[in-house]
Amino acid sequence: MTRVAKVLAGSVRAAAQLMRDLDDGVPAARLELARLHPHTGNAFVLGVTGNPGSGKSTLVDVLIANYRAQGLRVGCLAVDPTSPFTGGAILGDRVRMTRHALDEGVFIRSVATRGALGGVSRSTADMVHVLDAMGVDVVIVETVGVGQAEVDIIRLAHTTAVVLVPGLGDDVQAIKAGLMEIADVFVVNKSDSPGAHRVVKSLTMLRDLEGARPDGWVPRVVETVGTEGLGIDALVAAVESHREHLANGAGNPRAAARARLEIEAAARVLVDEGITAAGNLEALVERVVARELDPYSAAREILESR
Amino acid sequence: MSRKKRVLVGKVGLDGHDRGAKVIARALRDAGFEVIYSGLHQTPAMLAATAVQEAVDCVGVSILSGAHGTLLPALVQELAQRDAPEIFVFGGGVIPQDDIPGLVKAGVRRIFTPGTSTTEVVEYLTQEIENG
Repeated sequence: MTRVAKVLAGSVRAAAQLMRDLDDGVPAARLELARLHPHTGNAFVLGVTGNPGSGKSTLVDVLIANYRAQGLRVGCLAVDPTSPFTGGAILGDRVRMTRHALDEGVFIRSVATRGALGGVSRSTADMVHVLDAMGVDVVIVETVGVGQAEVDIIRLAHTTAVVLVPGLGDDVQAIKAGLMEIADVFVVNKSDSPGAHRVVKSLTMLRDLEGARPDGWVPRVVETVGTEGLGIDALVAAVESHREHLANGAGNPRAAARARLEIEAAARVLVDEGITAAGNLEALVERVVARELDPYSAAREILESR
Repeated sequence: MSRKKRVLVGKVGLDGHDRGAKVIARALRDAGFEVIYSGLHQTPAMLAATAVQEAVDCVGVSILSGAHGTLLPALVQELAQRDAPEIFVFGGGVIPQDDIPGLVKAGVRRIFTPGTSTTEVVEYLTQEIENG
């Protein structure tokens, strides 16, 4: 049986090995992904993003439990940062999810950013497709702890939940651009902490001030205490109502936007790899240093020599 | 294109001391490995299932409880049962010299005894993984 057939039959082992090859940029693995593509598009992809320490992994753990109680198969991609100095990483999101370790309906994969700055790795979209093709019902993508502008999650997710906690700043933070613009659902976690009601209030004010998104969706604000499992049903319900909103037509332009972003990102990966692999790079460097050639012309020579 | 090395570092059983595991995890991170840390109180089956999902090259287990004679061979067997015999197992912690031959016979690739430098562990794993 080919690896593609094994993935389609639901083999965790085959899917995990394929994901690793995709992460490493093995060209043959991309051909396998191409053969899986017709079998994708069935899974619902939920993005969970927010500041470091806001409780994303704990929320993902209880979300997995909730979806499992509904009988759904769940995949989770948990992204943590790669060291920009050594290229190494310590991936520790699973520590909060160990109760699912022996559940065959749960597949958790730790992902390192490997230099990508948008909150997920370049390979995360590929891994979502592998989970989708193997028959997972829900894929939860947990980004690295982000600040204000890492919004690549919208390239992958149908629904994006932005997790906030009390104590991180005044209400001007809430009207800034970036992260705050991508939330379909705002989650105020640790809502038993002092100041939580003020965060809820400023988010609700912001939401009412901005009104509905262009596609008609009004972002929800949900309060949770992840460690206690409080508010999770409300969170799941908010996610579900966004999913229904997408199913009633709003999903089509978003699907096109996602595909466009994904094609552009893939093109950049191929160009990057082409630059790395270019045999004539050193010769071009010498000519540019010697002022025989300008950088743009040198770049054009690389792209045309492929 | 280069293969990124991936290692699962774990703790099994009732032993709750993870300083050693964290020191090794950091040393491997600094050597450019992707290290998945399992957290405490795992069973051999849980570690094996995690290793398969994460498609790691190897699993390192730190044991200070004295239960290495059962837990490490159990982990080797769990990996084999999951069709992943090439994911090798190494161990560390307080494991007496006399117990090492038995563990190696049971399929554990290498035991690092107290006092081993992190450099030695990194060099050994780099070589083992690169040689397949």
